[in-house]
Amino acid sequence: MNILVCVKRVPAPGARINITENGQAVDTAFLGFTVSPHEECAVEAAVQLVEKDGGAVTVLTLGPSEAEEQLRTAVSVGAAKAVLLVNDGPDWDPQRTARGISSSIRQLESAHGPYDLILFGNESADSCGYQVGIRIAIALGRPMVNGAKALDVENGLATIRREADSGQELYTLPLPACIGIREGINLPRYPTMKGRLASKKVDIEQVSINAVPGGQRMIQLRRPAETASTTVILGTGPEAASAVVDLLDELGVLS
Amino acid sequence: MTVLVVVDHDRGTIAPAVLATLTAGRGLADDLNTTVEALTIGTNADALSDMLANYGATTVHQAHHEILVDYGPDAWGEVLAQVVRATSPQVVLGCGTERGHEVVAQAAARLDLPAVMNCTEFTPGDTHDGPLGMIRTRWGGSLLEKTELDSPIKLVTLANYSTEAVESKTNSRVIQFEPTLDSSVTHSIVRDRVERIAGVTLATSPVVVSGGRGVGSAEGFAPLEELASLLDGVVGCSRAVTNNGWRNHADQVGQTGTRIAPDIYIACGISGAIQHWVGAMASKNILAINIDKEANIVTKAGYAVIGDLHTVVPAICAEIKRRRGES
Repeated sequence: MNILVCVKRVPAPGARINITENGQAVDTAFLGFTVSPHEECAVEAAVQLVEKDGGAVTVLTLGPSEAEEQLRTAVSVGAAKAVLLVNDGPDWDPQRTARGISSSIRQLESAHGPYDLILFGNESADSCGYQVGIRIAIALGRPMVNGAKALDVENGLATIRREADSGQELYTLPLPACIGIREGINLPRYPTMKGRLASKKVDIEQVSINAVPGGQRMIQLRRPAETASTTVILGTGPEAASAVVDLLDELGVLS
Repeated sequence: MTVLVVVDHDRGTIAPAVLATLTAGRGLADDLNTTVEALTIGTNADALSDMLANYGATTVHQAHHEILVDYGPDAWGEVLAQVVRATSPQVVLGCGTERGHEVVAQAAARLDLPAVMNCTEFTPGDTHDGPLGMIRTRWGGSLLEKTELDSPIKLVTLANYSTEAVESKTNSRVIQFEPTLDSSVTHSIVRDRVERIAGVTLATSPVVVSGGRGVGSAEGFAPLEELASLLDGVVGCSRAVTNNGWRNHADQVGQTGTRIAPDIYIACGISGAIQHWVGAMASKNILAINIDKEANIVTKAGYAVIGDLHTVVPAICAEIKRRRGES
């Protein structure tokens, strides 16, 4: 199976995100970066599939030159090939990102053959646009389901499970297909020694890219207003239990 | 040139977010000097029309087609795209749910139009067909983005929990719509379902008792399980816990886990890192139990107990049982 995983370099979750003076970008000064959480799981899902059925995983990102770091991380856990679509300027809007990646995928497929599966993260942790993967799927004319919490491939069919209020939904898509992965589908592995060596040696295919901008224009980033909150300390240690149960009673949850 | 609200539903059961979305749509329509309409997809949603009229929809477009017996992103996206082409709404407003974003993104892709998800407020410009300004959330809500959508038809979704639903009984008419759907959109229709055993979920429980790294192990969750059980609630956890393999990802409260809005969230041994906070911040009340009074969650919580959860939580359980005459 040939699987392509599209990933995005984002500030590592948990860090406080500061904004530049003019509010035009995230201040990257003291930030660590990572592959966005849903996508980390997408890489792991792809690697598990080729371990089972043979084939290769290609990982692709559209981002700054530094995003090479994230591609090498993906190789260290089992991706075989890596492609970097370089954009060292401000982040592109989702339409433009999808246009750039779609045209690049068409080129890759005409050179290397079609991908049975293209995996995306459900949404990127930072901009949370929820749409790049879907736009790419439509541009390539493939069925697309987001939110996958389980994925299996057998006899040219991808079986996907995702969560809904009512329980679980099951989807089956004929290949070639596109799927958006949710964190929780698996626990991504740590790189092995062999993987780390491979990540140092792999040739990253660097492609300069352009695409027509879309209709969304970011004006400014800002922090939400800090709502002044006073914390009522109910007590210290187990002695506070009585005050806690009084509170629960007040809130009506003590049935 | 209306505002068209896309109704998210599961085989006729309306998603809770829809009524708030309709309320927000009505507000936006008032600002744009127009009316709000609604779109339901599939005959199993026809019965929702009265409820939608109660919340302001002046017209309900009911899309009918034999393949629309269940949800399918490609099918619903194609239906929405065709309705947009046929009715030319000024704004298409979807719910900030997984399906809500998915359907709007699908339609936007098919129409090759921009789309902006998770909007918390709108600022219409001076001209009604000029760009539409909005504020949207990034990082699940810990950062805000002021952005502008410049397009003849604007596709957006409303951030969940950003608006309250308010009734507004309206005279409404129903218009049926028959989309043209071919087999290419049938592949991604839900094939089968595993129904949840009736009961509350993490997303819907009024009481959530949650543990973080401070719990220390999978077994350490036993007192939290007991407390949750005593309060008819469920157990949640932080991402540190699921990354350590102590609990299933389904229990994770956070940006990449589940967003919750319980009556009370009891956070034990959780520092309250930003991506956890965005999952919990819609809680009506938060009680933090932590040895560190400077922990982020303690400063943000309405109530706190400073102490070791391993002694505090059992003490709370014992007190509840004592008051109930058990123990």
